[in-house]
Amino acid sequence: MKKMTYREAARGALRDALRSDPRVFLMGEDVGRYGGAFAVSHGLLAEFGPERIRDTPLSENTFVGAGIGAALGGMRPIVEVMTVNFSLLALDQIVNNAATLRHMSGGQLSVPLVVRMATGGGRQLAAQHSHSLENWYAHIPGIKVVTPATPADARGLLLAALRDPDPVFVFEHAFLYPSEGDVDEASGPAEIGRALVRRPGRDLTVVTYGGCLPKALEAADALAVDGVDAEVIDLRTLRPLDTATILASVAKTHRALVVDEGWRTGSFAAEVTARIVEEGFYDLDGPVQRLCSAEVPLPYAKHMEDAALPQAATIAAAARAMLRRDG
Amino acid sequence: MGDELSRESAAALLREMVLIRRFEEKSAELYTVGKIRGFLHLYIGEEAVAVGAMRALTADDNVVATYREHGQALARGMPAGAIMAEMYGKASGCSRGRGGSMHLFDVSRRFYGGHAIVGGGLPVAVGLALADLMQARGAITACFFGDGAVAEGEFHESLNLAALWRLPVLFLCENNLYAMGTALARHQAQPDIARKAEADGVPAAGVDGMDVLGVEAAVRLAAAAVRGGQGPRLLELRTYRFRAHSMYDPDLYRARDEIEQWKTRDPITRFVSLLQERLLLRPAELAAIESSVAAEVTAAVAEAEAGPWEPVEDLLKDVHTVPGPR
Repeated sequence: MKKMTYREAARGALRDALRSDPRVFLMGEDVGRYGGAFAVSHGLLAEFGPERIRDTPLSENTFVGAGIGAALGGMRPIVEVMTVNFSLLALDQIVNNAATLRHMSGGQLSVPLVVRMATGGGRQLAAQHSHSLENWYAHIPGIKVVTPATPADARGLLLAALRDPDPVFVFEHAFLYPSEGDVDEASGPAEIGRALVRRPGRDLTVVTYGGCLPKALEAADALAVDGVDAEVIDLRTLRPLDTATILASVAKTHRALVVDEGWRTGSFAAEVTARIVEEGFYDLDGPVQRLCSAEVPLPYAKHMEDAALPQAATIAAAARAMLRRDG
Repeated sequence: MGDELSRESAAALLREMVLIRRFEEKSAELYTVGKIRGFLHLYIGEEAVAVGAMRALTADDNVVATYREHGQALARGMPAGAIMAEMYGKASGCSRGRGGSMHLFDVSRRFYGGHAIVGGGLPVAVGLALADLMQARGAITACFFGDGAVAEGEFHESLNLAALWRLPVLFLCENNLYAMGTALARHQAQPDIARKAEADGVPAAGVDGMDVLGVEAAVRLAAAAVRGGQGPRLLELRTYRFRAHSMYDPDLYRARDEIEQWKTRDPITRFVSLLQERLLLRPAELAAIESSVAAEVTAAVAEAEAGPWEPVEDLLKDVHTVPGPR
């Protein structure tokens, strides 16, 4: 085990993949000479050269589509899109091609493509660089969506994405890049579609993923001081969703709070809530609650952005309110 | 090229064009009786483009096409029965009935669709070419698209990326003058497609798309440059569809005279005249082609009729390579 940042762990996974498989290459905006907008690919150009670390023009739809074509042609492309907001320019290729080609061709094609992008707010980048739209991608059959929240998962889920025969979208919360954790540098792929209990507890279940995980864990620590024992589940994968782990936890705690940085209306939290209600209703002692971002384009000013996003304090407050009401 | 034309290859070119024409006439008929549904975009009038171009490619090359792709699929050698079965929605169809007319696939022939988002095939073709270049496969990717696609950002983005990275892509723009119902001059401030390509760094030329031999010669020349590592090329193949955009289209936006004028340049009758002038085709040979094509189309329909439906239990099959939870 070695202590490293989320950024270093993602870079280590990229490096290992590039070293072990000649079919793997990385392309995207400023991944080469610049070293990556979030410095994830820093140093890779020097080690692997411009054939395998490819700087692209600012043509999201086309370089994502070229990743699809290269995957069809026998390569294992990793495409980096700078942020989820920019990925909207590539939605045509993602929704109409990456997700459809296998089924629509009667199983003849597969698209072993990995697309990585930064998501989420908290860095005062305002309303065109800060949104959490992974829920939109999780809506689409034919692709998989992973949301690593720890350095170990930044490595393990990226390696898993590369091993997968189908398109996998990796959402790296930009706020997490400098966060530190223990990583086994010899570790292999994590399991896509498997949620984890990050903190066991008895009194309520907090279901979350990505950038909200550290906040939920901080909230759980604060609740523990008050004698409230919260269980925290990290979804890790939004599609396919590990419903069983959520339901098992709710069967134990009888309360669920779903925390999601996306907007509440049509949120991923809504999907999680629906599954709990559909399949675990009789285990519940009270209504499932959601804590999501305020329904505004994310503002620049720090106090306003902070107020718009779920925070450890608001998560803890929501949990306390549930316990007061239910019991 | 014309002077070297052998009797055998002349007959083969003619037969392919006639097959596309008769296959599509039959498809239109089957559409009106409800055997084929969804959208059906006919290629009638444009046969020389697919047939001439495909002759200039090798089996190792990749082909990416549009939703008006029956001609390309047939010219690539995909069995007529598998295409007809696809349009019937049968499991014996070339895409197991999941795609229909607009989404024909045949990986064994490196036929990568069948793309129904205008311009959507271009980035995929660029990626296929990138994979070939990185693996030093020596193949090229032929990417068909229509004049409507030049209005899409993907057109310029794809040409730019292919030129920037010197990728082995041959862009084949089938200019039939209409983006569905909107004439090129009504949607492009610069309607000269070759000039657009040149601006993106891709050498380009215009070709008479109603002349099968001219198309073949031009594609051979351009393909040789692409194969030789000179980077992408674009050909603008000037053609015309004799039928409406799709079976839903009342065709109100074109003058009858214009359509009739183009029909005088019918690529099949024109080629037949040429061959007869050169004494490369006897009337009996033409009749033999027609009768063998008629038999092939009849057999294709019979195969489609007899084909099985995919069991509903297989609905979710192949959403992912390895089935899993939703």
